Amino acid sequence: MSEPSQTYSVQQEAAPASPRRGWRERALIELRKAPLTAWFGMTVILCYLVVALFAPWIAPHGQAEVFATPYAPWGGKFLLGTDQIGRDVLSRLIYGARNTIGIALATTFLAFLIGGGLGLMAAISRGWVDQVLSRIVDVLMAIPSLIFALMLLSIFGSSAASLIVIIAVLDSTRVFRLTRAVAMNVVVMEYVEAARLRGERLGWVMRREILPNIMPPLVAEFGLRFCFVFLTIAALSFLGVGIQPPTADWGSMVRENAALIQFAQYDLKAGLTPLLPAAAIALLTVAVNFVVDWFLMKTSGLRDEF
Amino acid sequence: MHPIIRTILQRLGLGLLTLFLVSIVIFSAVEFLPGDFTEAILGQAATKETVAAFRHELGLDQPAHIRYFDWIGSVLQGDFGTSFSGRSASGVDRSREVVELIAPRLMNTLFLAGMTAIIAVPLALFLGVTAALYRNSLYDRIVNAGTLSTISMPEFFVAYILILLLSTIFPVFPSLANIAADTPLIERVYASALPSLTLTLVIVAHMMRMTRAAIINLLASPYIEMARLKGLSGRRVILHHALPNAWAPIVNVIAFNLAYLVVGVVVVEVVFVYPGIGQLMVDAVTSRDIPVVQACALIFAATYILLNLLADIISIVTNPRLLHPR
Repeated sequence: MSEPSQTYSVQQEAAPASPRRGWRERALIELRKAPLTAWFGMTVILCYLVVALFAPWIAPHGQAEVFATPYAPWGGKFLLGTDQIGRDVLSRLIYGARNTIGIALATTFLAFLIGGGLGLMAAISRGWVDQVLSRIVDVLMAIPSLIFALMLLSIFGSSAASLIVIIAVLDSTRVFRLTRAVAMNVVVMEYVEAARLRGERLGWVMRREILPNIMPPLVAEFGLRFCFVFLTIAALSFLGVGIQPPTADWGSMVRENAALIQFAQYDLKAGLTPLLPAAAIALLTVAVNFVVDWFLMKTSGLRDEF
Repeated sequence: MHPIIRTILQRLGLGLLTLFLVSIVIFSAVEFLPGDFTEAILGQAATKETVAAFRHELGLDQPAHIRYFDWIGSVLQGDFGTSFSGRSASGVDRSREVVELIAPRLMNTLFLAGMTAIIAVPLALFLGVTAALYRNSLYDRIVNAGTLSTISMPEFFVAYILILLLSTIFPVFPSLANIAADTPLIERVYASALPSLTLTLVIVAHMMRMTRAAIINLLASPYIEMARLKGLSGRRVILHHALPNAWAPIVNVIAFNLAYLVVGVVVVEVVFVYPGIGQLMVDAVTSRDIPVVQACALIFAATYILLNLLADIISIVTNPRLLHPR
């Protein structure tokens, strides 16, 4: 007969306490439960990022390399044919991912930096700072953003830098409103009061006390803002006042190859060429929307009726 | 004073103030132009006298606030100044009045927007209300999936798909909307069929989804459940109980989308080479013809603000709680 154990341990008696999961483990569990649409969205975004990052190694030709045959048909040396002055469409599509997504991401980050920073400042300091900033934003938002962007581009000229700054400033108005609205709810909390009473500086309160608590709506807004910025830049490039040639980007590619659509009766593939970059834009937008939807559902716990 | 009238007057005042501030923003855009732009417009060969005369004509030798009041004063009288294009170094002036350029194109754009609105608004309301009534049915799901995919596409993608399908593969409609001032109405409608269809697809998607959400929100409120439990017929619940409260969100949805139409029109006009004000603005931006850009921006912004103001006022006027104050 074995001697009964003299030591007593809760661990043996009750079920073993479940270990505290790290964020990586939790993320994996969430991912496994993600719906199909979210998986689709994430896969598409990942593919786009890989293509954008490794464009020079994936693309068969350079983005501005001109070959002897303009409007070459699909197949052979040029998988998707060539454009109006003989550049490989596939290579330009791949480089276009890099340029278009890169500029859109930079713009969105800048917009969040400006809008988010000012929104937090307005929420914390209230009073006249809040009033002045809010009224300025009201006026800026009264002008349709595409029209405003067109007007500013006509003054500062179309370059990548002015494009990024102009659209970022115009879009930061919406970020400002959202940040201010959600931060207002957090600013009145006791722990913010405590931090301010013990003499923390404005930047510290913004970064350490408020920002972590308003992250979820901001992250979701980042996805939606990115889509909006991406579509605006594509539209401006399509209109010929956005990203300038010879830099490959999807908006201007649609415009340059638009004439090919007239030949769809004779060669359907040629007719599809101008639609490819447009489809690339649409696919990325749909993918980001799917992921944002899933994220919103996860963080807010309620289904968005839209 | 009746509280409604006071609220409306407040809104009107606020709208006018916004319009005034926006006009200042648009005007001061010129201030940011690089200093030598007069030479850029007149050409390198321009003599000092020509440049000086041009600067004097633009009023650049006067302080900004005087120029602003000159500008806004003549705008209010329908004079937007003269275009920058057509100027030459020798001082010969072949430029045209901005109003001359804009007026016929504005009519074309209004025609396109009006035609789209006439088709899109009833269609979107019908789809939205029926989708809300038959929520989660197959019909609802099909309408939802269709609108979600059109929302995600850029306007020019929708436009080119339509051209590909309805103009080259099945040649039903022309792909270039070539209309002039003397084009008869039937031909005008035929020529602008594809641009208007593109705009319709884009805004119906937005409008329908927002209408559906507004109605679903409303149908979930307790007083509707009460009306149902009283045993009222479905139609009476919708028409007498839900609709009076639904007008405000629905009107807001419509105005929001008509305002969106103002912006969407720019891209669509360029795709179909439709001679409207949006295309004029894009051309003016490319050639940096600032007076034309300013005039177009002002017109677009004013339309946008007025539509939003109108929506505000209608939603105030139709609000049952404000109509019958306690």
